[in-house]
Amino acid sequence: MSDANPAGDVLLELCNLRTWYPAGRGVLGRNTEWVKAVDDVSFTIRRGETFGLVGESGCGKTTLGRSILRLERPQSGQVIFDGEDVLSLPPSRLKQVRRNMQAIFQDPYGSLDPRMKVRDLIAEGLVVQGEMRRDERDARVAELVDVVGLRREHLDRYPHEFSGGQRQRIGIARALALRPKFVLADEPVSALDLSVQSQVLNLLSDLQVEFGLTYLFIAHDLSVVEYISDRVGVMYLGRIVELASAEALYDDPRMPYTQALLSAIPGSEQATGRKRIILGGDVPSPLNPPSGCPFRTRCWLARDVCRDVVPPLREVKTDHFAACHFADEF
Amino acid sequence: MADSVAPLLDVQNLHTHFRTRAGVVKAVDGISFDVAPGASLGIVGESGSGKTVTSLSIMRLVEPPGFVAAGRILFRGQDMVGLSEREIRRIRGSQICLVFQDPMTALNPVYTVGAQVAEALLAHQDMDRATARERVIELFQLVGIAAPERRVDEYPHKLSGGMRQRVTIAMALANEPQLLILDEPTTALDVTIQAQILDLVRGLRQRVNTAVLLITHDIGVVTELCEQVVVMYGGRIMERGTVAQVTADPKHPYTMGLLASMPTRAIRGQRLAAIGGAVPNPLRMPPGCPFQPRCLQAMDVCGADPGLRDPGDGRRVACWLY
Repeated sequence: MSDANPAGDVLLELCNLRTWYPAGRGVLGRNTEWVKAVDDVSFTIRRGETFGLVGESGCGKTTLGRSILRLERPQSGQVIFDGEDVLSLPPSRLKQVRRNMQAIFQDPYGSLDPRMKVRDLIAEGLVVQGEMRRDERDARVAELVDVVGLRREHLDRYPHEFSGGQRQRIGIARALALRPKFVLADEPVSALDLSVQSQVLNLLSDLQVEFGLTYLFIAHDLSVVEYISDRVGVMYLGRIVELASAEALYDDPRMPYTQALLSAIPGSEQATGRKRIILGGDVPSPLNPPSGCPFRTRCWLARDVCRDVVPPLREVKTDHFAACHFADEF
Repeated sequence: MADSVAPLLDVQNLHTHFRTRAGVVKAVDGISFDVAPGASLGIVGESGSGKTVTSLSIMRLVEPPGFVAAGRILFRGQDMVGLSEREIRRIRGSQICLVFQDPMTALNPVYTVGAQVAEALLAHQDMDRATARERVIELFQLVGIAAPERRVDEYPHKLSGGMRQRVTIAMALANEPQLLILDEPTTALDVTIQAQILDLVRGLRQRVNTAVLLITHDIGVVTELCEQVVVMYGGRIMERGTVAQVTADPKHPYTMGLLASMPTRAIRGQRLAAIGGAVPNPLRMPPGCPFQPRCLQAMDVCGADPGLRDPGDGRRVACWLY
């Protein structure tokens, strides 16, 4: 567990990250409306830990992950990876840094080119980085299929010949080919059946130990995130609204949204004895978010101050952060 | 399953097959279960287990190359399998209704949601349009749609996913069906919206005495809504019993494996008890128990069909261990 980590052992630090998309133009052609997909997000990920990020659809969790890898262009803020700001790197240096930052995506069908053989899919990153001889590459690819639990005879097959779980193994081998330090796993098991999901989760845990990986694990499944994460951040309308160790967050959520979210897990009432909180309405549009606290329109505790003042993400207990004016009162 | 009351739905030895160029896929391979009036049964299974084909078979919505190869589907004592298309239409949408995972497949994008729900009413009941509109507004209220007088005139794309699913549930309830089939009704929804919809269905069951057949991959959802559960794998029933029996003390090795695969905080830091291997190719199902190639307790006898056995507490388990 990571609580013994000294502050110096931060691998990734996000500072006031904003990824906004223009959504409307005024008469002078200037942007007047923005979708604030990621809005002023700051947190750190420690070396060797699994940082879980949960939230409902449209909360910005995927955009946040993509912004870290510079697959989106953030408006402002910093993404400091191993001491360097990824967002301001020149292209040549970015290519070098990227080998240490890889990604696994949800859809093992959509993220693998159907015309490429498994061998070439896994080797693609090595070819792009271009510093290995062919025989070295072949040896690395052969090693990777072993590591992820595929067989050598699979190397000359095409993605459509594999089941969903096997395809996700191919995606994992691809991500690990360059020996990255950091892996973004965006809903890596949500397309998989339960019995296969557990195989892939076990594999991700094994690989973390074997290669000293740091994960940013994004998922909507709260049970999976609780199981796999050391620390967890909860997103709502582009903001981190709570952040703590998995135990603290699931045992003692301090933000009303987190409380409602956890209470909504099917079967949780029986399992935890905690009363279900049924939220009214839907998540507001990110195009027109509420003033003050983004959650106040659905919050049963909302008072005037929630409309007027954005609650900062503040430390309510040691290493437990919540963005709620009343986080101390529960 | 109570013997005293005649079942509303009685599925007997249902086989639904698909003819493909490579051979016959037995998507549903001899399953039997029943649902009493007002009762709730969940069918749980992973992809390829045959759970959705089961619901489509009941609704007579299996299209070629699929067909019901054998078995009976008795609804209020009448066999659905032999009915003409005309007769089935009178039942479908009025006495049995189906809610799908994706509400957009059930809603027509070019009509207002109110008009579509009214259509369901007018197809089965003798009423004028003004009365139908009134009734739609009542139904929207029933399923928790705010400002229903305004919402009836909106088009589906204007509504959120949770709101659309409320509309399809309103549509399904329009004719007060005796059986409501929910096929992954909350799978496309966020967890807080899922909680709203499950709460809605629970509340509706108390007010209108509709029996529910819930098809899902998520055992958690079954525990929220059902008293009885059927666990399917490879087109067969592996285990059938009360939700309490099956979740607290699973008997079939597949059910045990499935429940042990669920990540929970109690096993943080430990490995998940994954079920090895993958679902067999439906064209090459093993003889006997379909789960045997992945089963840690497989024996020689598993090459023969175990049938459904009573492990001693009234439930049914398709396993030679009992």
